[in-house]
Amino acid sequence: MSIEILMPALSPTMEEGNLAKWLVKEGDSVTSGDIIAEIETDKATMEVEAVDEGIIGKILVAEGSKGVKVNAPIAVLIEEGESVGDIDKVKPEPVSAPLPEPVEGREQANSAPTFTPANDPDLPDDVEMVEITVRQALNEAMAEEMRSDGDIFIMGEEVAQYQGAYKITQGLLDEFGEKRVIDTPITEHGFAGIGVGAAFAGLKPIVEFMTFNFAMQAIDHIINSAAKQLYMSGGQVNAPIVFRGANGPASRVGAQHSQDFSSWYAQVPGLIVIAPYSAADAKGLLKAAIRSPNPVVFLENELLYGVEFEVPKLDNFVLPIGKARIVRQGADVTIVSYSMGMKYASDATEKLVAAGVDVELIDLRTLRPLDMETVLTSVKKTGRCVIVEEGWPTCSIASEVSAQIMEQAFDYLDAPVMRISGKDVPMPYAANLEKLALPNADEVVAAVNAVTYRS
Amino acid sequence: MVRKAATKKASKKSNAPQLTKEDDLYAYKEMLLIRRFEEKAGQMYGMGLIGGFCHLYIGQEAVVTGIHMASKEGDQSITSYRDHGHMLVVGIDPKGVMAELTGGKDGLSKGKGGSMHMFSKEKHFYGGNGIVGAQVSLGTGLAFANKYRGDDNVSLVYFGDGAVNQGQVYESFNMAKLWDLPVVYIIENNRYAMGTSLERGSAQTDLYKRGESFGIQGEQVDGMDIRFVREAAARAIEHARSGKGPYILEMMTYRYRGHSMSDPAKYRSRDEVSTMRAERDPIEQVKARILESKFASEDELKLIEKEVRAVVVEAADFATNSEQPDASELYTDITINDVQE
Ligand SMILES: Cc1ncc(C[n+]2csc(CCOP(=O)(O)OP(=O)(O)O)c2C)c(N)n1
Ligand SMILES: [Mg+2]
Repeated sequence: MSIEILMPALSPTMEEGNLAKWLVKEGDSVTSGDIIAEIETDKATMEVEAVDEGIIGKILVAEGSKGVKVNAPIAVLIEEGESVGDIDKVKPEPVSAPLPEPVEGREQANSAPTFTPANDPDLPDDVEMVEITVRQALNEAMAEEMRSDGDIFIMGEEVAQYQGAYKITQGLLDEFGEKRVIDTPITEHGFAGIGVGAAFAGLKPIVEFMTFNFAMQAIDHIINSAAKQLYMSGGQVNAPIVFRGANGPASRVGAQHSQDFSSWYAQVPGLIVIAPYSAADAKGLLKAAIRSPNPVVFLENELLYGVEFEVPKLDNFVLPIGKARIVRQGADVTIVSYSMGMKYASDATEKLVAAGVDVELIDLRTLRPLDMETVLTSVKKTGRCVIVEEGWPTCSIASEVSAQIMEQAFDYLDAPVMRISGKDVPMPYAANLEKLALPNADEVVAAVNAVTYRS
Repeated sequence: MVRKAATKKASKKSNAPQLTKEDDLYAYKEMLLIRRFEEKAGQMYGMGLIGGFCHLYIGQEAVVTGIHMASKEGDQSITSYRDHGHMLVVGIDPKGVMAELTGGKDGLSKGKGGSMHMFSKEKHFYGGNGIVGAQVSLGTGLAFANKYRGDDNVSLVYFGDGAVNQGQVYESFNMAKLWDLPVVYIIENNRYAMGTSLERGSAQTDLYKRGESFGIQGEQVDGMDIRFVREAAARAIEHARSGKGPYILEMMTYRYRGHSMSDPAKYRSRDEVSTMRAERDPIEQVKARILESKFASEDELKLIEKEVRAVVVEAADFATNSEQPDASELYTDITINDVQE
């Protein structure tokens, strides 16, 4: 039986090419692997190999032909014993793939799933509140979870014997031993990958980055290995891992050690991103992060580690991922922030309230998934919004919140949404410049005055 | 051809190379300058004049001094955040370094870099790098440029016993040997990476062997004795300069102070530190030799000490009086040809 030789594609995007040269003539016998022709495109010249064995019965496209469509028959191969005359009986089959369906009939994806977070648990009326630092809250969260689940382990630089560069893992080595509290060499890319691999195998690693500045060495594993795994595996393999450590500007440590990565991670589908401000949120959300079956980037702040907040004294205090906290209810303006930005936002709120502005203050707490429902409900009430963050302004969390408000609450707005962010510069070392590079409460007050037309 | 990396351990004292009077006196003064400068920086940090991280080089002075003595004008150097000594030794003005530490506008980076980020194109010094291991690839790139241009400069790349575990170090080693780049890798093995001792972080603790699988020669050197440092450096630099490619020097050294100013250094005993100071101090070794060979008298050395102190005091005064950068500097130097309103 005769076989058609088709015009091959040289690349996934090639649609047609030129048949530059035939290296065989009718009547020649060929075996698979023989070079029979040369074809060219605007990018390259390629040799065409015979795939089957036989005799070149007929050349259908002459040497020098231009614009030959991919998959068009260019020659016919016949078997020993067949005659060239048989070829004419070859009925050309349709050569090109069927055209795509008309646009109206094209396959449509569902819209992206919406996420409905749970509410914070109701605290018992008689709950005792204790003042603890964010450091202690994080430490307790890890210790409590590790006590109840032997698959949880922590690794990172100086987490064990040194008790943590910022003392977040204080005491964990003593309680859980070397098997579960592991000092690594300075090899972020390597140990992040090892953590993700261990998570694939079902363990629940907590990977501490001394600071998130150094997680840039490891970001490939956070994004390419952890975040995308569930999707790439069609839902088979998840990565229950927490990447945590200090994020954001610290004090006087210069450009390479002072940067907020919130929006970097919040952009990535497959990740959960949490950035708490208070000790209670730090504790409740870190526990939730450790229990989460998903990869979680947990962004702490060095300058908040030593700050005390009230935390409920409960055995099992877990907060919902993806739920913003309304810190203060108000009617005049919505201020949205997270992490250290909440410090500026809270200070500004205090001043504004004293001046008679009824501020509604929202702490996002989780940056992915983003609780826009809480923000939108508030903005629809107040008609005005100022978003506060320490990160750079371009493509920031504030940019995203602002865009979504514009899309979903445009008609409710009485003033443009304003963003107060870190300045668009690498962090300077000099004390005065560093101060200028960071946002502050006065900038927030000024923005609120602008959107409420009080200035 | 199979190229075998020849690696060797530190040689014994008996056949120590000799330094001339001039060299010994130079080394003494240079190391003393670094020591006194760092002590002053430590003091000023304590007074709140310096902020953030500040990593002192005290104890390691012989490494950078000996390497520098074997190098020539045009050779580049690059290191980590523990960089003050590396700048002083290549002749960068101590005033500019100290003013950067205080964040003054007269600092080497106009106050915008800080302790960990200083550079001098004029002196071919490329920092001042805060990310552990980054300088190894960057320094290999400097060597790439040397080869590309066909000049005979050598890139001197300093990094720690902790940095040596970063993956990019090995990616760089491979390319450096593949392309025979003129680079000397100087591992400053001060036995600790923050609180992690060498043994707790490294499977192969003979760091001079870390290039073996790439065919890179390495040797271990007594980094507390400037004579050995200089001799090995001369050999390594000549190797790189003559087109034979990279070379590794593992400098056995020690830092007397904590990792940075905020490190209580509980991971080692006081005894370990004081023994090092008493028996191996690089400056005391040179001093003893100078006196023994009568290259200079006690009084003459006191004069040198006085000169050095004057330089350091001047730098400290200069830095203390250097004003903060102007607020307008916030938005300068971000990209070249910034459009200014
Ligand atoms: C990529 C990265 N990870 C972690 C750190 C934090 N860190 C700064 S210095 C240091 C220890 C480095 O030790 P070593 O290489 O031995 O140099 P030494 O400080 O002893 O000079 C660590 C972990 C960092 N700056 N960069
Ligand atoms: Mg070290």
